[in-house]
Amino acid sequence: MKPSSFDYTAPSTVGEAVALLADEEREAKVVAGGQSLIPMLNMRLARPEVLVDITRIPELGRLHVDAEGNLRIGAAVRQARAAADPALRDGWPLLAAAIERIGHPQIRNRGTVCGSLAHHDPAAELPTAALALDARFVITGPRGTRTVTAEDFFVATFSTAVEADELLTEVVFPPLPADHGWAFEELTRRHGDFATVGVAVVLERSPGTGTVRTARVVFSGAAPVPVRLVATENALVGSDAGGQALAAAAGTVLAGLAPSDDIHATAEYRREGAAHLLVRACTTAWERC
Amino acid sequence: MTPSVPTPLAARTPPLAEPSAWHEISLTVNGRPVTAQVESRLLLSDFLRDRLGLTGTHVGCEHGVCGACTVLVDDEPVRTCLILAVQCRGTEIRTVEGLAPGDAPLTSVQQAFHECHGMQCGFCTPGFVMTTTALTEQSDRPDGEQVADALSGHLCRCTGYRNIRRAVCRALDERFGE
Repeated sequence: MKPSSFDYTAPSTVGEAVALLADEEREAKVVAGGQSLIPMLNMRLARPEVLVDITRIPELGRLHVDAEGNLRIGAAVRQARAAADPALRDGWPLLAAAIERIGHPQIRNRGTVCGSLAHHDPAAELPTAALALDARFVITGPRGTRTVTAEDFFVATFSTAVEADELLTEVVFPPLPADHGWAFEELTRRHGDFATVGVAVVLERSPGTGTVRTARVVFSGAAPVPVRLVATENALVGSDAGGQALAAAAGTVLAGLAPSDDIHATAEYRREGAAHLLVRACTTAWERC
Repeated sequence: MTPSVPTPLAARTPPLAEPSAWHEISLTVNGRPVTAQVESRLLLSDFLRDRLGLTGTHVGCEHGVCGACTVLVDDEPVRTCLILAVQCRGTEIRTVEGLAPGDAPLTSVQQAFHECHGMQCGFCTPGFVMTTTALTEQSDRPDGEQVADALSGHLCRCTGYRNIRRAVCRALDERFGE
């Protein structure tokens, strides 16, 4: 199908973009890569009156590591470019792995990192990775700029803390501890599909003792938002990440996740899949510590 | 000999129904400059096919699943059904027609698809050929996983993947050596 008619504008500053979004006369929508929005326009699931293309705003095209060691990715940075960045691959390999699981190269060449986060499909890779990596979100609107944590950013399916008159300008990933290992695993029907269920794991090893010092475990496809399971993390902390510890951690997944049934899988199938993925991911993460 | 200046590609302009939603864009398509009036909602696939008459870019699913409409925008394979023409101001686009224009010999990728019969009905072929062209333009030979990842962005409804894969391998062998 074809989109219904709308106007298109490509401002050159964040200020202009926000003014366009804040215009109450017309319903405006941000477009960057368009890889989620344009299918919705084509199927007429979305009918905005004006599209605000933010990819011509120079400051949003930056990807860099700041003086404090944070990785900062601007709203216009495409997924393929981010995943190929040496600093990102070196310091945040979980993020690179998550991006490489998004659709196909043809999609990642256009899709943006921030666009996927702001779109927030709960089965998508980047929201899960962002929560696992404790990302912060810089949001600019007519009332100024604010920073939101990953816990507060994802509100519900296709819904985030970004208001209609605001723009997600940047996502910030803090540096990770030196002795950490990571894994990003998904259960998908086919390569490139959204996950039926997925998991991101970050384990930190205690220097000397050979036990897990800290753990972060986040699931995708299990709820309307990425789910961090603190009970699972607690089951891993202090353990040697061996078979017994992983079995106990898998038990907390079965008890702690409450996914819903849908056309792709039953809740029970998702829970079982999540528990298996956790064991596999923790084993990989521990080997990388 | 003086360098030849590419002749501009003529674009058909339909009547302007909603002037506020129209924009003038300039870009390069298959090495030729194009300036056209486009409505905001015009997809790049429809711009190429209906306005420039470049019907080699095929439209299949229109929501980014099948890959038949893949072309190279600034040398990267992308889905033209998920891009608005107006977003392509200033870009350089290559479609399947640009590979071997007129009587030019087939490119090594086209030749490999021909020799390996990397097609059945041929509908998905332009997309596969454009993605494969991008693979051969990388600086290093893509590994098996990268090839599989790139090809997974295309659907062949005749399920002719074996010969397509063979064609891609032959094109890569030709480019990077076996």
